[in-house]
Amino acid sequence: MRIAVCVKQVPDTNEVRIDPVKGTLIREGVPSILNPDDANALEAALQLKDKDKKTEVIVITMGPPQAEDMLRECLAMGADEAYLLSDRAFGGADTCATSTTIAAGIKKLGKIDLVLAGRQAIDGDTAQVGPQVAFRLGLPVVTYVEDIKIKDKGKKAEVKRMLEDGYEVIEIQLPCLLTAVKELNEPRYMTIAGIMNAYKKDITVWDHKAVKLDPADCGLNASPTQVFRSFTPPPKGKGEMLSGTAQKMAATLVDRLKEKHAI
Amino acid sequence: MFFEKKHELIRQLARKFAETELTSDILDEVEATGEFPKEILNKMAAAGFFGIKIPQELGGSGADHRSYVLVMEEIARVSGVASVYVSSPNSLGGGPLLLSGTDEQLDKYLKPVISGEKFMAFALTEPGAGSDAGGMQTIAEDKGKYWLLNGRKCFITGAPLADFAVIYAKTDLTKGTKGISAFIVDMKSKGVSCGKPENKMGIIGCATSDIILEDVKVPKENLLGELNKGFINAMKTLDVGRLGVASQSIGVAQGCLDEAVKFAKERKQFGRPIAKFQAISFMLADMATKLEAAKQLVYKAAWLMDTKQNASMASSMAKYYAAEVCNEIAAKAVQIHGGYGFVKEYKVERMYRDCRVFTIYEGTSQVQQMVISGHLLK
Repeated sequence: MRIAVCVKQVPDTNEVRIDPVKGTLIREGVPSILNPDDANALEAALQLKDKDKKTEVIVITMGPPQAEDMLRECLAMGADEAYLLSDRAFGGADTCATSTTIAAGIKKLGKIDLVLAGRQAIDGDTAQVGPQVAFRLGLPVVTYVEDIKIKDKGKKAEVKRMLEDGYEVIEIQLPCLLTAVKELNEPRYMTIAGIMNAYKKDITVWDHKAVKLDPADCGLNASPTQVFRSFTPPPKGKGEMLSGTAQKMAATLVDRLKEKHAI
Repeated sequence: MFFEKKHELIRQLARKFAETELTSDILDEVEATGEFPKEILNKMAAAGFFGIKIPQELGGSGADHRSYVLVMEEIARVSGVASVYVSSPNSLGGGPLLLSGTDEQLDKYLKPVISGEKFMAFALTEPGAGSDAGGMQTIAEDKGKYWLLNGRKCFITGAPLADFAVIYAKTDLTKGTKGISAFIVDMKSKGVSCGKPENKMGIIGCATSDIILEDVKVPKENLLGELNKGFINAMKTLDVGRLGVASQSIGVAQGCLDEAVKFAKERKQFGRPIAKFQAISFMLADMATKLEAAKQLVYKAAWLMDTKQNASMASSMAKYYAAEVCNEIAAKAVQIHGGYGFVKEYKVERMYRDCRVFTIYEGTSQVQQMVISGHLLK
């Protein structure tokens, strides 16, 4: 089985601070990490490889040259090959243009049985790229996957889809695209030997020509989304402290929640 | 300056491991019970921490001394005792085998040590032979079919937990250090016993005890390396050992500095954080400066080893300086914490106790000074 895992290098939002004056993220000095949901997607692929050694795990990302560091991390966890879609022409892409590029990259990989992606990236939180890639590749997609079982000798998968108020169990034909949530698994650590071997491997870099894309169809040129302002919501005001007997406080609380249409 | 890209990933791995696995709850439990959780050791083995510098053909990770330093530093930053478990198979446990082991010995003893299935102790020190290792009195007699060992080793790290031990013993009483040989001894052999674990000041969670050898029959094939060349094996092992203690020292010192900075910002006296007082902030500045100097010495020693240059003096300097300033830094971290630094709820109390042994084991500061001055005056 050949599995492609879509990954993204993101700023570690735990370390990000917000400029109090400009209201923008201070990205300077913030470490870059493998997007957490993508680590779950990669772990799922590696678990399939643990069960069947013939499975090939290929990681693919779009990003600047320094995204190579994150790809090495994926190799050190156990991925077999890594591809970096990197080109000035890809810059400034929204989810629409990003998915065009990634889909073109996956097409160039040849026969793929399963595409895995994280649910969403912690820097954008859109959860759009996975499903869009599926659309562009003409693959069925299931999002928010928290369990994957491969059935029928790799022809089908039974997946558990996490919803807010329950879950769905879905049978899906392969090839397909699944987006992973953190409940799917616990990503493994890299190993020291894995790190040493990761630096012996080549990372293939593809530009727009390599994936046969017209610059007009990628990056900023092909991004209909325009961010005109990003801002930090003002901090919440001071809360209201209720006092009195438990009964009285409970009654007041219910009133307040009703007033706010919370219940 | 001394590192490559791959080393950054190794630091990242070790830091993540330490911060995720070595939680305060677990470390408190280790202090309370004196036992280190096997699950964490298994995870360390799986991540490759037990065979960092050992070639991949032998089951190791095939990395280098700098990688070893980084893992030790990041683990020690959170837990001194955890770093002893990392050090052992890489250094004193695995080192003698890697230096002198035959293929059969490597296969039988080194591989299970790297995979974490077995623990190997290193037994050089004796009640009357500490810094003067050559003064040992343990004897190995050639009985034709086997070696017969008698003697007593002391302060042996991990002895009560060990499956095997490398025991150094006199095979020629007339030749001093040139009459010492190394033997691989199965700790379950008849005549081998351990003393009561020492009640130590720090590094609690890795038992240390005597190993008593009474008419222990050791198979001929368990002689490690050449006859009468055991002392060289021990000294070469300790060369790398010093680098390990030096890395532990910068790790614990970094942990102390982190805690001190955090506490100084939070703790308020006279209406402001104590970090705003020059008396405190200058202490922090001194701590950070000395730590940085120690790090550069340690990293340089590792780099010299990796580039196959002579690192004997450099690793002694690194061990000497790093261990000494770690103690200074830990003492200042406790001082900054005031009364809170004297109670066990705060990490610096443990770190202060743990690092005390760094200037003592694997060559005291004074032995390092002998090595350094020996290089200068030869």
